[in-house]
Amino acid sequence: MLRLPDFPLPDARGRFGPYGGRYVPETLIPALEEVEAAYKEAKKDPAFLAELDHYLKTFAGRPTPLFHARRLSQYWGGAQVYLKREDLLHTGAHKINNTLGQALLAKRMGKRRVIAETGAGQHGVSVATVAALFGMECVVYMGEEDVRRQALNVFRMKLLGAEVRPVAAGSRTLKDATNEAIRDWLTHVRTTFYILGSVVGPHPYPMMVREFQSVIGEEVKAQSLELFGRYPDALIAAVGGGSNAIGLFAPFAYLPEGERPRLIGVEAAGEGLSTGRHAASIGAGKRGVLHGSYMYLLYDHDGQITPAHSVSAGLDYPGVGPEHSYYADQGIAEYAAVTDEEALEGFKLLARLEGIIPALESAHAIAHAAKVVPEMDKDQVVVINLSGRGDKDVTEAMRLLGGEL
Amino acid sequence: MTTREAFLRAKAEGRAALIPYLTAGFPSREGFLEAMREVLPYADLLEIGLPYSDPLGDGPVIQRASEVALKKGMSVQGVLELVREVRALTPKPLFLMTYLNPVLAWGPERFFSLFKQAGATGLILPDLPPDEDPALVRLAQEIGLETVFLLAPTSTEGRIETVVRYATGFIYAVSVTGVTGERERLPEEVRDLVRRIRAKTPLPVAVGFGVSGRETAAQAAVADGVVVGSALIRALEAGRPLAPLLEEVRQGLFQKEPA
Repeated sequence: MLRLPDFPLPDARGRFGPYGGRYVPETLIPALEEVEAAYKEAKKDPAFLAELDHYLKTFAGRPTPLFHARRLSQYWGGAQVYLKREDLLHTGAHKINNTLGQALLAKRMGKRRVIAETGAGQHGVSVATVAALFGMECVVYMGEEDVRRQALNVFRMKLLGAEVRPVAAGSRTLKDATNEAIRDWLTHVRTTFYILGSVVGPHPYPMMVREFQSVIGEEVKAQSLELFGRYPDALIAAVGGGSNAIGLFAPFAYLPEGERPRLIGVEAAGEGLSTGRHAASIGAGKRGVLHGSYMYLLYDHDGQITPAHSVSAGLDYPGVGPEHSYYADQGIAEYAAVTDEEALEGFKLLARLEGIIPALESAHAIAHAAKVVPEMDKDQVVVINLSGRGDKDVTEAMRLLGGEL
Repeated sequence: MTTREAFLRAKAEGRAALIPYLTAGFPSREGFLEAMREVLPYADLLEIGLPYSDPLGDGPVIQRASEVALKKGMSVQGVLELVREVRALTPKPLFLMTYLNPVLAWGPERFFSLFKQAGATGLILPDLPPDEDPALVRLAQEIGLETVFLLAPTSTEGRIETVVRYATGFIYAVSVTGVTGERERLPEEVRDLVRRIRAKTPLPVAVGFGVSGRETAAQAAVADGVVVGSALIRALEAGRPLAPLLEEVRQGLFQKEPA
């Protein structure tokens, strides 16, 4: 039976230390209180959990395997590498863990209309999918620039019955799509449920998304005990907003220090941290407020948000969730960053050695593992979160890699 | 002139106070100052918006104005200078509308002190529910700035009680669920919201969002003050004079129906 675990944080005000909170227009505060109350009640309701469990198993395809990447382990010559195969889920990424949970919550709250933001379109497709599954009206906001770059995902969403609304404001990417989704929610707050895609936004979203995604780490716990009789030595995951990483890390993060695996989050260094064209909010950002939450962010001397850059559209967000911000300060997890170029190497490496084409997001985790794993002992175990599959990125990779293959 | 005096003066004339909003640096630095001189004779209080990259409480008109102002180089330093120049033109209460991140980027103490010195009367903080950061609110007040917060038609009695505890100056009642921008009519619940707020605080209440002309101004005039923003910005965009619009809104302010 599925369980949505309890964690020591956030506190009652939605804070992870100083991070998180509810920095939103007052209009939304009652709606957030309503979502929080409904979620807390649902989490304890066996009927809700049974329904979510049912869809995770029969629709999304859980549990996902923990796969021993033997050739990759041999190639790096260090620890044994295992891949958590979230890429095998329906719609091709971990996003569905969360969208199923939130859509069921929306249904429970009697909201027939759901809205979402999307960058590359993965979360949008995932929301459109669950909206079709449950017969809900669905509107997805997407930056004009992303609509142009991700025409295939726009078509997918339309095929699934969603309306895709291009956003022409600001940098015309994910952050602006998020602003517009929040504006829609401000306007239709009484009838609409906002399905946020990452562990960002106002409380209770970072908490709720974490808990829906923590099925990843809970499964890894059980699978590790079965396979090795203990927990892994290190966990590695890519971090944009941070939902796949939190899903893997959170079930381990609050263990006593001696029992806790090394947790390594990998941000996108884009063209390099010194170029300013990157998405490394922890690596090169400052604390601030965006989309309702206090967290590490990219902004200039006046507090104006600066656009993020990454070859991976899913990491292309100028902030990182409040719980990651807290982990970073407390030393619970360590955060590194890899460049576009390194990520593309990871992308090729996994394809050639294991027959798996990873999403460019997950390729960041592979690329950083290449630096960490060779330093470890052969009897140690590393789990990398393979958060999504690379089909969506093949065209972009072909453009970037050209004849190099 | 204090905020209280400004509201009382309007009341003595049998109308609600008029609070025009302009985005600093829109349509340009000079264009903003010109617009300010045009609205001043009609204004009882003033609201100046600090342009921000991610104004999630604003509709398309103010979003565009913010983008233009930023593109033309408007900065926090630039807004400080404009506030100083406006203060030299008028003793009327002047409120700076700013999202939170610029405050955090400059450091709250420095930001508040500089705007106080420049002549700001207070702050309107659309993305800071005051109980999220009581220390920040106290700091602004200690520095001598009034702190204005928003309440909305969705606000529960509990939220109203919480927010008025932290508010000084006046209360900003949002007429609609949604973002800033003109509407043809305001929902009837605005009257109810003003009444619910008045039951919990002696502070003046100003209604904003959606005021576009005489009729909407009259609907909003159940409150002590009426904010008009997007309609002014749109007139500026179109290169129209502001006086006819302000005259029309002003007429609406006298027609207030009993709350």
